[in-house]
Amino acid sequence: MSNSHSPHLHHHFHSLEQQRQASSLGMWVFIAQEIMFFGGLFCGYVVYRNMYPEAFAVASHQLSIGWGGFNTVVLIFSSLTVALAVRSAQLGKKNQIIGWLVATILLGVIFLGVKCIEYSAKWEHHLVPGIHFNYEPHYTDDALHESTGSEHGTDHHPAPAVYPGHVQIFFAFYFAMTGMHALHMIIGIGLMIWIIWLATKDRFAPEYYAPVELFGLYWHFVDVIWIFLFPLLYLIGRHVT
Amino acid sequence: MTEQKHYINAETTVKSWLLTVDHKRIAILYLLSVVGFFILGGTAAILFRLDLMTPQGDLLAHETYNKMFTMHGVMMVFFFLVPVVPAVLGNFLVPIMIGARDVAFPRLNLASWYIFITGGLFALAALVLGGVDTGWTFYTPYSSTYANSNVILTGLGVFVAGFASILTGVNFIVTIHKMRAPGMTWFRLPLFIWAQYATSIIMVLGTPVIAITLLLLVLERAFHIGIFDPALGGDPVLFQHLFWFYSHPAVYIMILPGFGIISELIACFSRKNVFGYSFVAFSSLAIAIIGFFVWGHHMFITSQSIYAGLIFSILSFIIAVPTAVKIFNWTATLYKGSVEFRTPMIYALGFIGLFLVGGLTGLFLSSMGLDVHLHDTYFVVAHFHYVMVGGMVMAFLGGLHFWWPKMFGRTYNQGCAVFTAIVIFIGFNLTFFPQFIVGYLGMPRRYHVYPEEFQIFHILSTGGASVLGFGYLLMFCYLPYSLIKGKKATANPWPATGLEWEQTTSPPPTLNFIHDPVVTEEAYAYAKKNEEFYRQAIPAESKDV
Ligand SMILES: [Cu+2]
Repeated sequence: MSNSHSPHLHHHFHSLEQQRQASSLGMWVFIAQEIMFFGGLFCGYVVYRNMYPEAFAVASHQLSIGWGGFNTVVLIFSSLTVALAVRSAQLGKKNQIIGWLVATILLGVIFLGVKCIEYSAKWEHHLVPGIHFNYEPHYTDDALHESTGSEHGTDHHPAPAVYPGHVQIFFAFYFAMTGMHALHMIIGIGLMIWIIWLATKDRFAPEYYAPVELFGLYWHFVDVIWIFLFPLLYLIGRHVT
Repeated sequence: MTEQKHYINAETTVKSWLLTVDHKRIAILYLLSVVGFFILGGTAAILFRLDLMTPQGDLLAHETYNKMFTMHGVMMVFFFLVPVVPAVLGNFLVPIMIGARDVAFPRLNLASWYIFITGGLFALAALVLGGVDTGWTFYTPYSSTYANSNVILTGLGVFVAGFASILTGVNFIVTIHKMRAPGMTWFRLPLFIWAQYATSIIMVLGTPVIAITLLLLVLERAFHIGIFDPALGGDPVLFQHLFWFYSHPAVYIMILPGFGIISELIACFSRKNVFGYSFVAFSSLAIAIIGFFVWGHHMFITSQSIYAGLIFSILSFIIAVPTAVKIFNWTATLYKGSVEFRTPMIYALGFIGLFLVGGLTGLFLSSMGLDVHLHDTYFVVAHFHYVMVGGMVMAFLGGLHFWWPKMFGRTYNQGCAVFTAIVIFIGFNLTFFPQFIVGYLGMPRRYHVYPEEFQIFHILSTGGASVLGFGYLLMFCYLPYSLIKGKKATANPWPATGLEWEQTTSPPPTLNFIHDPVVTEEAYAYAKKNEEFYRQAIPAESKDV
């Protein structure tokens, strides 16, 4: 092996190719683990949405579709910038790696900033589960009566009551899922800072850029989770307005 | 032979152990930690077993009794049985058996140990702060509404420790896929590796679900958000679904690696190739996969629909098939083998008998009608102890005695070890067999006070537990003693096939092999090698191995 004495080769691998395949497979297996982790939350969400569809629809109207949509665009852009960082790494352009990663960090911070705005609005409206939670059923009751009426085309049975407890369950999932997602983004930003530091130390070369590539996979995965969260939490109740 | 450098004496500072990335050293760190947790869990068991000698439970207060059986369960399941074989023997052996210098991600491997210890400290903190009394299953709404808030700490402890086993699983999957030596094809892998691979799949796909479940439980407990609280519209049975979605497959985390060990032991001490290698290999994968679809058999008497119950019941029967394949193939391997009753083999034979009882009583419990009667009785307790202790612990001890000379380069006293193995076998049966009967007669599990007519069974059980405890104590004497006074082990003392025996020293050097091995033959080529093995072994043979 010509590259068997490469400075990038760890002591327990025989070749850079073996090392690259191992780290890439490791990331994919880790992502499988992540899917199961979020899967537990999605499963719980599906169960309760089926049990309390009206409450979930009402509750999802409390979310700001504008901020959610904006954040979706921000994240999709950050997927682009991280992909460009990986490409720069393939070409061995150190300054470009750093530039694109800094751009990704900025987009990530914007996303988290918007999340902060949304969270604090929920706090002000007493929509954070726990003792502070205080949902007023009449808050959007009219909209609900209208919608269920028009959808079924009849008005002979009254719209089912929406219990504050059921709305609270929606918000429990909202905070657990988006909070877990935000935690993954914070970890991702930390990883990017580490990778930028590695890049400034000239640790990457066209034959070795696994950390950048694997981080790209991770970041795309975090984006994909959001792509599922956004419609489930923000959009899915909208058709009843 | 002059003192050669190996992984133990390569460096001797405490720091070199705590910051090591050598999978063999990490295995030793894990061994010490899980033994610590085993002693804690075992002490709790001894205490409540003594307490159960009298129908009124004179030794412990009711609350203390509840906390003791919870501590026993939490320690033994999450901090002993789950990591014991993968993180100790698996960590030590997987890279060596496939001819690699280390696992694929050595630093993650070390991180996994620190994560495990952190989780353990959380659980211990909960214990010091007053203990938890929910049982190891943490069922809601008991854990979320009624029990004390140490549930939060314990839940977080198990949550954190889960990531240790996820990292171990990721590491093994990648190591087995990408780090095999030249010539080590999938169907030349020792069956221990197949078992570790199947276990790793469960660890990676199952553990995150229990992690998120416990996180939701902690949120529920801390903020009363209503996910599992029926008063707020939540569904406590959802907790059971999510819990058992992990915890049933976790049963296979706690037994599949044991199956792997048994395959190695049976082959070595029958001096034969394992009968039906590929069936044994694939049965591990089949168990791992089907194991994800049987969780509902823990909920036959909940609100779960009867049709779901039927399907879970059928699937639970089906999973007995690959398990039976293993038992039959081991038996067929023994047939016409030249069986040697060395210490590891005694554990292996004990395993087959005990696991058979545990497995077959599992079929009783997966029959819906019978389960209504037996659910939550001592019958269940006896069943899973036959699987977990009679199965996994026996397999682990067999494996530990088998690879001990390889791991530490010393041999233990064979006479002591055989005697101990027999004491453990007798003590185990005396402890748990009466529980089948008392459970069938209607004694519910986890009760502190019971009718007087059940006392005789509890006395037998406590007597057995004392014998069992004595057996473990003996082991804590002669195994450490062997490290100081034991004879130096040769590279291949049994002798056995496999890279760990044939291609490296005891103990192995830091990078496992002096020359990276190349594999040219199938696993368990005993038929070909027996003659040569005997020629080498007999002159040096002593009764001390
Ligand atoms: Cu089960």
